[in-house]
Amino acid sequence: MARTHITTVVNGDETEFLTEDSTSLLNALRDEVGLTGAKEGCGTGDCGACSVMVDDKVTCACLVFAPEVDGSTILTVEGLADSGELHPLQQCFLEGAALQCGICTPGFLISAKALLDKNPDPTETEIRYALAGNLCRCTGYDKIIRAVQEAAREMRDQ
Amino acid sequence: MKYVAPSSVEEATSLLSSSPSAQVFAGATDVVPQIRAGRPAPEVLVDLKKIEELVSVANDEDKWTVGAATPTANLTDDPAFSEEFPGLTEAAGLIGSDQIQNRSSLGGNLCNGSPAADSVPAMVVNGARAVVAGPNGTRVLDVAEVVTGPGQTSLDADEFIVEFEIDRIPARTGDAYLRMIPRTEMDIAVVGAGARITLAEDGSIEHAALALAAVAPTVVRVPEAEAALVGNTADDETLSAVADAASEACDPIDDKRGTVAYRRQVAGVLAKRAVLIAIERAQQRNGTN
Repeated sequence: MARTHITTVVNGDETEFLTEDSTSLLNALRDEVGLTGAKEGCGTGDCGACSVMVDDKVTCACLVFAPEVDGSTILTVEGLADSGELHPLQQCFLEGAALQCGICTPGFLISAKALLDKNPDPTETEIRYALAGNLCRCTGYDKIIRAVQEAAREMRDQ
Repeated sequence: MKYVAPSSVEEATSLLSSSPSAQVFAGATDVVPQIRAGRPAPEVLVDLKKIEELVSVANDEDKWTVGAATPTANLTDDPAFSEEFPGLTEAAGLIGSDQIQNRSSLGGNLCNGSPAADSVPAMVVNGARAVVAGPNGTRVLDVAEVVTGPGQTSLDADEFIVEFEIDRIPARTGDAYLRMIPRTEMDIAVVGAGARITLAEDGSIEHAALALAAVAPTVVRVPEAEAALVGNTADDETLSAVADAASEACDPIDDKRGTVAYRRQVAGVLAKRAVLIAIERAQQRNGTN
């Protein structure tokens, strides 16, 4: 099967890879680009563990065909930290114990970033709706919500 | 499976005509789960999102034109569109999570052919028309004519919807959409109800449209409820007739998410409530009270 050549910007770096047309963006990121932060939970867009931003829009990488992103800009959880310093969301998730097994965490961090990009001061209800596409089977969500609130506060104060 | 992304409607229709097993897609939020569930993958996947008309939202004096592959997030984020059609905007905004909203589209929601598609009753009550492209040019269908049964449409294999046309909303008119799900978010409608009401200058109901989702093999209009509303106000007797007609129009399935009896009853309740919201919105336009 012929492979298609894709050129993208991933986490700020120009990135090229070869892919089969039927490959999902998630599998291309994990297997061709070597970024394994985004996880496959369901593979059908229900759980959000594969959330990434494509051209600044949060989306499930499992529902995107890899050739679709030719020319796009992608942000994965690996691109959140800046020169080795954790993003406030990452720091607050760590300090607030907003993760247990960690499988869902990269997706939550990306969805939370997408929310705070649009709305720096969300209410608890707004956070819960914005994260409704991310499932966590460990935490019961409360610590995640509080971590996002705390990160939003810190980011507003910066 | 081969991926192609044509840049014009003509290029897309000629691709579909030359490859019988080609399938169009927009956000793939239904296509990918279906393939993963075992449906045979098409030989050629035609991505419609690189065609300008398919992803544009525009209006003129007469109508709105919404590209069939436009992400529903673009509609909910459009203040002018959502102000004019709050019901349709709410319906489109109920399709899945933020991740899905950035991919899901009105064209996909319609052509997937789910009886529970949230945006379809809201499009139907607003009289939306689908502009369909095929090898011999375009034709225009009422949205209500597109879906013929679960997963089935009246479109030929080499046709696809380019855009939806929705006439600008008249004065003293409001739309609404409500759905019942057992959870707060992220679920499929057990019942959906879309309503649109136009009031006469004296405040009585001049025109009414009511459509239900998830209670029959396709979205259904409820002409008996519409007839009960026209010429009246939303008094108890009229609303009770609306609820009865809505329940009567149901031909629902019985499953773990809702029994036949439950769906029938909820259809009546939601129909009444959607009508009341549409009336309230109609009153707010041009100050009729």
